[in-house]
Amino acid sequence: MQFWIIQGLNSLSLGGLLFLLASGFSLIFGLMRLANLTHGAFFMLGTYFGAVALRNFDGLNLWVTALGAGIAVAAIGGLFERLVLTRLKSNPLGQVLVTLGMAFIISDACLVLWGGDSIPVPTPQNLRAPTRFLGFVFPTYRLVLVGCAVATAVALYFLLERTRLGAMIRAGVDDSQMARAVGIPVSNLFTTVFCLGAGIAGAGGVLGGPVLSAYPGLDADMLPLALIVVILGGIGSLLGAFVGSFIIGFIYTFGTALFPELAYIILFLPMIFVIAFRPQGLFGRVGA
Amino acid sequence: MKWLAAILLAALLVLLPFCSGDFYINLASQILIAAIFALSLNLLVGYGGMTSLGHASYLGVAAYISALLTSRYGWGHGPAAVISLAGTTAMAACFGVIALRATGLGFLMITLALSQVLWGLAYRMSDVTNGDNGIAGLTRPMPFGISLNGPAAFYWFTLIVAITAFVMMAIFVSSSFGSTLKGVRDQPRRMAALGFNPWMIRWITFVYAGFWGGVSGLLYVYYNKYIHPASLSTTSSAEALLGVIAGGSGTLGGPMVGGALVLLLKNYASAYIERWNMLLGLIFLFIVLVMPTGIVPGLSKLLRRGWR
Repeated sequence: MQFWIIQGLNSLSLGGLLFLLASGFSLIFGLMRLANLTHGAFFMLGTYFGAVALRNFDGLNLWVTALGAGIAVAAIGGLFERLVLTRLKSNPLGQVLVTLGMAFIISDACLVLWGGDSIPVPTPQNLRAPTRFLGFVFPTYRLVLVGCAVATAVALYFLLERTRLGAMIRAGVDDSQMARAVGIPVSNLFTTVFCLGAGIAGAGGVLGGPVLSAYPGLDADMLPLALIVVILGGIGSLLGAFVGSFIIGFIYTFGTALFPELAYIILFLPMIFVIAFRPQGLFGRVGA
Repeated sequence: MKWLAAILLAALLVLLPFCSGDFYINLASQILIAAIFALSLNLLVGYGGMTSLGHASYLGVAAYISALLTSRYGWGHGPAAVISLAGTTAMAACFGVIALRATGLGFLMITLALSQVLWGLAYRMSDVTNGDNGIAGLTRPMPFGISLNGPAAFYWFTLIVAITAFVMMAIFVSSSFGSTLKGVRDQPRRMAALGFNPWMIRWITFVYAGFWGGVSGLLYVYYNKYIHPASLSTTSSAEALLGVIAGGSGTLGGPMVGGALVLLLKNYASAYIERWNMLLGLIFLFIVLVMPTGIVPGLSKLLRRGWR
């Protein structure tokens, strides 16, 4: 019983991490029609920023670090969007290739700067003690991680559905030409959303640090999971990213625990299933 | 004029081992293998408008099947080659059914996800694939009792396969089927209205490209006598895609030039610096921003302008 509960909690926390990664990816894709293959690298960059900051400065708070790393990654993402992606507006294939090139550059730069050994991210002191509930023992940090993902989801929901900025983003997603015609600065919106997505990925990288730790190849491990999440949930849908993340979190965790060698194949079954019967994804709209 | 040039080029390629050292002969073999691989990817990217980021799957899977059958199960090279090509083609048929549910960026993401799954498998299923150690100690085949262990013999063998592959792919794209493929790339709805089945045309191309990807994978494993999960990685797919786009997608000569350039660059760069991935990324940025149509179309446009 303990096994199932612990693995269930691990699934939830992986699902939460995947949501932090996939929500930004999905948001960027929905607005900009851009498959941002740099997203895994942004996540890894966040983890490295967090790991290095916490290693060098004693007593630094994990949450402050996550915020700082998120802002730093958002700035890098914003620069990349302004300097490179805007030049390729009419060339979607070129944009994808450039994001792929950028992913290679970032992951290699991390290897140069911080070496090939993995750098652990310490769990915050006050969250190290396990939580006891109904006779079961839970690692507290993972519970907090799920909470963070849910809080991010709620915040993103309110941002998109209840604010002026969100209304402009939704207008851009539905019909960017018409949005431009009524005076919405779509091009600035692109930069904002790209920064936001990159920032969430970077902060998520720090929060995932205590579970995953920073190592070269983290980006290549996370990106396919994020891709599968958005293909499953529906590209451009926040709800889809949320549900998809937890589905993949469960499948991947239980797959690795029960059939370690076949985890990748099991991961890939729901994707085939969804593509076969509902190519737009669980919550995607037709034509989106 | 064109034919004369082709004959001259062929003669030059055949006679190459007589006028250069082993290093360059081996390099030429690698270039030919990269050229077949790039050409097969170009069928999808250039002629079909389907940008795949998972083409290394076919190279890697064909290489792994052949390596496993010959080294672990003691099969002969002939049957192993047949099974590995058949297996790779069958896999392309399945992957095609999945990936072609989407077009454009969706297609790209699905091919990337599928290839990453295979890469993960090659790493994790270590009692089958030997994981990160790869499979070493492989042999080269001996067609008709001729040993291919010398660089020149292997080069000629590769050249024969490469010329066959080139001719087969040239026939494929210049046939009437090739024209419908280009039609589907440019105007899928009109083609559908004319009574063609765009999905079927794309799928056949996908399978055909997977087959030639498998052929290049066999040559790759014969050449290296070693296979590692890295040949299934996104980097490997991306190198091929870079070759196709840098050379000029949708032309027959472009991907060969591009594939050769990427390979040369990789060989020379890795002699001086270790940062191949970073260089690859920078070249991607450069090519896409500065030369979006590729080297060969760019140069031939320049030449035509000079001619007038």
